[in-house]
Amino acid sequence: MEERLDSVLPEGVETAVRSDALEETAEREHVAGVGPWRLAARRLRRDRIAMGFGMVFLVLVVICLAAPTWATDVAHTGPLKNHLTDTVVVDGERKDVVSLDGVPIGPTWQGEFFLGADTNGRDTAVRLLYGGRNSLEIGVLAALITTVLAVWAGLLAGYARGFTDAVISRSLDVIWAYPVALLAIALGTALSLQGLQIGPIEISGESKLIPILIIAVVYVPYMARPLRGQVLALRERDFVEAARAQGAGPVRIMLTEILPNLSSTIVVFFPLMVANAILLEAALGFLGVGVRAPEPSWGNMIGDGVKHILTGPHLAIVPGIMLVATVLALNVFGDGVRDAFDPRARIHLEH
Amino acid sequence: MSSGPLLTVRDLGVSFTAEEGVVRAVDGVTFDLLPGEVLAVVGESGCGKSVMAMTLMGLTRFPNARFEGTAHYKGLELIDAGEEELRRIRGAEIAMIFQDPMSSLNPVMRVGEQIIEQIQAHEGVPATEARERVAQLLDRVGIPRARDRVDAYPFELSGGMRQRVMIALALSCGPSVLIADEPTTALDVTIQAQILHQIQSLRDETGAAVILVTHDLGVVAEIADRIAVMYAGRIVEQGTVNAIFYDPQHPYTWGLLGSITRVDRARPERLPAIAGLPPSLADRPEGCHFRPRCPHEFDRCRDVPPLVARIDGDDDHLDRCWLPVEEKRERREVRPGEIGLGRKPGAAAA
Repeated sequence: MEERLDSVLPEGVETAVRSDALEETAEREHVAGVGPWRLAARRLRRDRIAMGFGMVFLVLVVICLAAPTWATDVAHTGPLKNHLTDTVVVDGERKDVVSLDGVPIGPTWQGEFFLGADTNGRDTAVRLLYGGRNSLEIGVLAALITTVLAVWAGLLAGYARGFTDAVISRSLDVIWAYPVALLAIALGTALSLQGLQIGPIEISGESKLIPILIIAVVYVPYMARPLRGQVLALRERDFVEAARAQGAGPVRIMLTEILPNLSSTIVVFFPLMVANAILLEAALGFLGVGVRAPEPSWGNMIGDGVKHILTGPHLAIVPGIMLVATVLALNVFGDGVRDAFDPRARIHLEH
Repeated sequence: MSSGPLLTVRDLGVSFTAEEGVVRAVDGVTFDLLPGEVLAVVGESGCGKSVMAMTLMGLTRFPNARFEGTAHYKGLELIDAGEEELRRIRGAEIAMIFQDPMSSLNPVMRVGEQIIEQIQAHEGVPATEARERVAQLLDRVGIPRARDRVDAYPFELSGGMRQRVMIALALSCGPSVLIADEPTTALDVTIQAQILHQIQSLRDETGAAVILVTHDLGVVAEIADRIAVMYAGRIVEQGTVNAIFYDPQHPYTWGLLGSITRVDRARPERLPAIAGLPPSLADRPEGCHFRPRCPHEFDRCRDVPPLVARIDGDDDHLDRCWLPVEEKRERREVRPGEIGLGRKPGAAAA
């Protein structure tokens, strides 16, 4: 049987058939227990491209987490430390870190000033890694907050319908109506000047929480609206009716009947959300309303670098490459996750 | 049985305000459900059977719904009970088996979890004990290797298996009333019989009363004790299985009985059917609702016939037809010993 298939079918089909057959025998071994999660994980593992890009992202995360090690043990400097008047030995030749006419040194490809320095004589490589920590932290935290808010908004609006839905949906529409970057910049400018005060909680304008919250809120509608749609469809399904007939109240139905059915969508959304949040953080940083200088982030490093694009092109290019690599890796990985969970799903996020 | 009815329904009416007007889905439904009894509610699609059953559990409380009448269950008035009270009743006291087992189980939860959740919601039982009970339940409803299948996902089970899981779910808290809303329509015939016998033997074991909503008279003959025939929201005839099958009083019942194939009779060339369709529940004919489709219609049918006992000496057999009993017995006989809707006398000769 297997051989006959080989001769008839093109190569891709043949492997697909064979792996399905393998999967079937694997499943027949146990009566129960291969849940949708494990099936999706199995499909994801088989998607080499997605796994490869997932690895790229992991490597980037690990490198950024290792920033302090690089700073103390290799570069012997910190991300905020100026070396304006210092010199460095490159290939046995002593050079100024920043020349007298203000041009910073380019990549030395050695421990100190591996990727050169910026106009303040700060080590670009060190700042790149610390900046990456900030960018990733903001991206992941913002995406987490977006997810939590969007899930609640979607569940409540979709399940309660009527007035509650109208209030939540129209509020989301207001956010949705603004271009993402414009709204974020406006909020960023306002909040970084005054800080934010919600009841007893006060967040200073310099805190990283400001860009995190802004990015999180701005992206809520993009995730809450599709979730609400799904909840609207799910609440009409028979198993929800059956749960009601078993005496389940609205909270239990939302949390134990509907939420588990949303989990694959949420998982699919998450990496794409992180990528978007990192991009938006970069945009904010570029415009000077994200992470506050002198604290580095990829966005504000690019922003600084653009001013010196002719004399020190590495200043913009290096963080730019990191940003592109991270977002690309997350997007390809995210697409793989989507294909693994639901090949027919149409979840796209515009950038 | 001496203990009196478990569930007493009187003049239950349900109407929905819709675009086409007021839809009277259930109208003046009255019946008693005795402990341990199987009451079958039969009728064509769209005659209010399911709405009636759902209403008993308070599952039809939509903003556009209006209710009349009463339904007493153990001292509780189900029709206007609070949502909180009903929630305690649902699942624990009155449980429901749904029509389509394919969609009535949550696809992303293991079947065991779903039943455990139900048990824990109604009784504060520790998880391990609940799990043990689930395994026993699944075993009792005839699921092979029940202990392993506690951890199965619904998509790993066949339709019949899933319906068994639904039955286990319904039985998990030992309800006294089981409402089965067409429990076998989505299953193939061999599985249907198994599921029916399952319901029957569980009734015998637990003593729960069953309301079986169906349009399949074969199913009814199999397990019901009493039958209520519904047409356009009303019960048109009600009685024991024997009374309904051997001495049906309402022409609609004749039509239903005449339109099933029977192995003990010669096969007719064409299976007789009741001409026409049930009326729209928003615009029902005056008087007897069956009038436009009934070949035996006469002047009196313009008045609503009450649901009363019309046969001397049988107070348990009620119907809504004005025809005299003797004439009914004559007219329903389409062939000797065979019941059918028949034709109007005189029309046959033409």
